Amino acid sequence: MKHLISPLDLSVEELDELMNVALDISKNPKKYAEVCHGKKIATLFYEPSTRTRLSFEAAMMNLGGNALGFSSASSSSAAKGESVADTIRIISCYADICAMRHPKEGAALVAAMNSSIPVINAGDGGHQHPTQTLTDLMTIRTLKGHLDHLTIGLCGDLKFGRTVHSLINALVRYSNVRFVLISPDELRVPSYIRHDVLEANGAEYQEVSQLEDALPKLDLLYMTRVQKERFFNEEEYIRMKDCYILDTKKMTLARPDMLVLHPLPRVNEISVEVDKDPRAVYFEQVQYGVYIRMALILKLLEIQV
Amino acid sequence: MLNVGALQEGFVLDHIKAGKAMSIYHDLGLDKIEDCVAIIKNARSNKMGKKDIIKIEAPIESINLDTLGFIDHNITVNIIQNGQIVGKKNLKHPKKITNIVKCKNPRCITTIEQELDQVFILTDEEHAVYRCLYCEEKYN
Repeated sequence: MKHLISPLDLSVEELDELMNVALDISKNPKKYAEVCHGKKIATLFYEPSTRTRLSFEAAMMNLGGNALGFSSASSSSAAKGESVADTIRIISCYADICAMRHPKEGAALVAAMNSSIPVINAGDGGHQHPTQTLTDLMTIRTLKGHLDHLTIGLCGDLKFGRTVHSLINALVRYSNVRFVLISPDELRVPSYIRHDVLEANGAEYQEVSQLEDALPKLDLLYMTRVQKERFFNEEEYIRMKDCYILDTKKMTLARPDMLVLHPLPRVNEISVEVDKDPRAVYFEQVQYGVYIRMALILKLLEIQV
Repeated sequence: MLNVGALQEGFVLDHIKAGKAMSIYHDLGLDKIEDCVAIIKNARSNKMGKKDIIKIEAPIESINLDTLGFIDHNITVNIIQNGQIVGKKNLKHPKKITNIVKCKNPRCITTIEQELDQVFILTDEEHAVYRCLYCEEKYN
């Protein structure tokens, strides 16, 4: 039995296979509509995340299965002090597969170590969020046609943004991927990502502080939110915040085929006027998220269609 | 120089960094054994200038060599029988250590689930980097 705890749990070949299934699902949804009939996914969400939870539930329902679960720790036995290990042993009797979101890092691994059903990590604190990474990879591969030979700009909070770290970890495995890391000095990518991931894999990267400088050379821009509370002083935040807002004026600097991705939710880092630009694909990205989760459920349940 | 009687049966931990013997004494659980233990601090050393030494009158099996390898793999372990050194144990960084140190990441699952084993995995042998099994935080 396999679990998905980190994006690196899947080899490049397994990822390819998964994305092929997801693509087939997107083209032939009816073929997959009943393949999980009688199967149940448990969504164990110890902290709220409406979109991720609904995405998993929608994925299982699209496959003809059902979903059950809880959406906050207060409505689960965790409020009574039950351990993750005990919870998953019990849920293993109720469901065929589970997706877990937990505020503590490593919680999904603890669940996997004690589970008799496949466990999908739906986010464990600031640590991993592998299905977001799968969604990002699926979006890039589908819309660009490949995952290699790309110049990828990552913009915003690169220090605390787990989606950024996971995406870098996944993309360094493909050849000739160059990274442009766009952030204020306070929110640079952590040194372990620079040394242990980028440099250790011989990936080409540069760090810049101005989005405008980077835009013309990018094949893809991955935007994240710069949060006020991450700055040491408000003056610095006010000085920097507009630099990382993508608007139609900045989009004129970008290539005609550059894609804009965002893990969502956005606040104000992408102006709503950019939504009309065909290069803005963050809402399509959400749809790809459902397809890749459907493919993942099939893979972990070992259902061949 | 201070003389400590020669050990007849047991083992000697030599080349301990000066000042570290007491913490190693506790980390190895030597405070809990009934056998005779001698701690020598700040002994003269050609190689190190000053060093600490621990002599233990007990079988080598009474300590966890993985713990010692994790603390400092440069420590020399001499096995003594009939007052003579009859063997040396080479320490190396253990691949995995369990319940020797605790994860200091406040966001780690081990901070709220106390019954979990504290497990660290050697992820970079060259630089002796250990990471928490659960949250992957580096142990410093």
